[in-house]
Amino acid sequence: MAERVVDRQNQYLRIEGVTKRFGDFVAVDNVSLGIFKGEIFCLLGGSGCGKTTLLRMLAGFESPTAGRILIDGQDMAGIPPYERPVNMMFQSYALFPHMTVAANVAFGLEQERIARPEIDRRVGEMLDIVKLGEFAKRKPHQLSGGQRQRVALARALVKKPKLLLLDEPLGALDKKLREHTQFELINLQEQLGVTFVVVTHDQEEAMTLASRIGVMNKGQIVQVGTPTEIYEFPNSRFVADFIGSVNMFEGRLIEDEPGHVRIRCEELDTTVFVSHGISAAPDARVFVAIRPEKIEMTRGQSADGENCVGGVVREIAYMGDLSVYLVRLDGGRMVRVTIPNIERHDERIVWDERVVLRWQPSSPVVLTQ
Amino acid sequence: MNDRGVFRNSILGLGLAFLYIPILSMMFFSFNNSRLVTVWDAENSPTLRWYVRLFENEQLLGAAWISIKIAALSASGAAILGTLAGLVLTRFGPFRGRALLSAMTTAPLVMPEVIMGIAMLLLFVAFEQMIGWPAGRGLLTITIAHITFTMAYVTVVVQSRLAGFDDALEEAALDLGARPATVFFKITLPLIMPAIVSGWLLAFTLSWDDVVISQFVSGPGSSTLPMEIFSRVRRGVSPDINALATIMVLIVATGVVASTIWMKRQERKRLLEEQMARSDTP
Repeated sequence: MAERVVDRQNQYLRIEGVTKRFGDFVAVDNVSLGIFKGEIFCLLGGSGCGKTTLLRMLAGFESPTAGRILIDGQDMAGIPPYERPVNMMFQSYALFPHMTVAANVAFGLEQERIARPEIDRRVGEMLDIVKLGEFAKRKPHQLSGGQRQRVALARALVKKPKLLLLDEPLGALDKKLREHTQFELINLQEQLGVTFVVVTHDQEEAMTLASRIGVMNKGQIVQVGTPTEIYEFPNSRFVADFIGSVNMFEGRLIEDEPGHVRIRCEELDTTVFVSHGISAAPDARVFVAIRPEKIEMTRGQSADGENCVGGVVREIAYMGDLSVYLVRLDGGRMVRVTIPNIERHDERIVWDERVVLRWQPSSPVVLTQ
Repeated sequence: MNDRGVFRNSILGLGLAFLYIPILSMMFFSFNNSRLVTVWDAENSPTLRWYVRLFENEQLLGAAWISIKIAALSASGAAILGTLAGLVLTRFGPFRGRALLSAMTTAPLVMPEVIMGIAMLLLFVAFEQMIGWPAGRGLLTITIAHITFTMAYVTVVVQSRLAGFDDALEEAALDLGARPATVFFKITLPLIMPAIVSGWLLAFTLSWDDVVISQFVSGPGSSTLPMEIFSRVRRGVSPDINALATIMVLIVATGVVASTIWMKRQERKRLLEEQMARSDTP
């Protein structure tokens, strides 16, 4: 797959201090964001975090209580949805049930008073791109879920919008189809070079699609970064916990050097050595987050030293490609460890075996908030 | 057949008899040769004599024509106003006076017809005295009165259709560059059309068989068919009324049966198409 052409100089969409209140409820709380031309930006968050409200403000269905939205330098205040250079793909697809596939796709072009032959040509082109050429004369109810999704996409893209907004684009598809469609969506975006803003609650979807992710919680953007940054370097307990699974231990900072820190964790009954510096007050209360796949598990009786704890296997979940182990530490705390099943006939660790858990000094993330 | 089956079937038979014996006996006696409606003249029946008489009766045919005109006009008026009211009540949020509008549009559903009739009559008389319009009572006043009370039914039907309408459809049309008026005529209207049509048919039927309100607001030369039948029956039931009623029942029954068959077919076609769509590759 070709590397996406993202113009990092050109902040195509600027959201400046946007707030939206519904009565007393603050749906979107002072959000500022810059989105680059040609990227796929995912707004990720749980239900009610304000991501859909933010998307609806971009489309023009809601107007911000405060703040500005600029698309390509133009302030969108007071511009109705039908005059914005933006198209949206709805979660329910919102296909017009009384029109054929071709009429659905042509609807947007007809509003621009383009000549009929030109409309027909562009509709045909678009339907070929989403591989629906032979379904042009069907009505939406005569299509399968995946086909409807592609009609919705074609209808939104045929107007060549500067910005395409996608509300849970894969939410209504089953798992197998979703994975397939994710890659199709990325290919299509690269082919057409349109900037995508995707709203989703599905972290896996966000990780595969996005060039950058904005994690939202309670109306605020908590962290913005590439999928790798968000996963490997979460900036808060919320993000670490929301994306993937994580083992979180509370501890006290006992040594704070520019190149490393040491943290005493009572729950682990050991000291965690982290090979990078952090910015926190000495003796501060901090949290150590370690991803389950970054823990190494071996059979063994006792553990001593830093970054090393002993425990007993309590639960094993075999998932095929990997196995999830729940290990009870000697202090009583449960720890989640995932081990890839590389060998088919491996002598796997089983229930109630004593194990030793170790991790690299570079693996833990230290969180202060 | 076991006991329960017998019981069930006899109850069903009783129910059907209760519903249809009056109509069937009326149809049966329309072929009676006797001048007395309730005495069966076995020698000369069946006969089409009353049907022939009916089509020679200019007065009844004229009344039927007036009824059709009034019903069609008032149903169309009620469909337009009822649709607008339904739209306003579902789409315009909580505006001032919404509760009042909602109560007033649906009031005729529960208001006794006699009261509606008197109120209308008083209003028309007062208007005539004040501004000279409507001059006298006749087709126009009956039509207006019928619009007022049938509109409620259209409003209710349209409102319930709009309540189950995905708002995203209208938003999608706006998003694709359609102005609000275009959205209404190209998206909303076609999609609520079935509700408007059934509202229109309901209004037509209600107007067609209304006697009470028409009685109050009609004038000379504007007797509707039900009014004409009513006044004839008061002078004694004549068999040609049976013939007329039989024709009306047959027309309605044909319409209902045809539309039921058509709807069943559409439904089956739709199910089949959905099954085909599911079996397609994604």
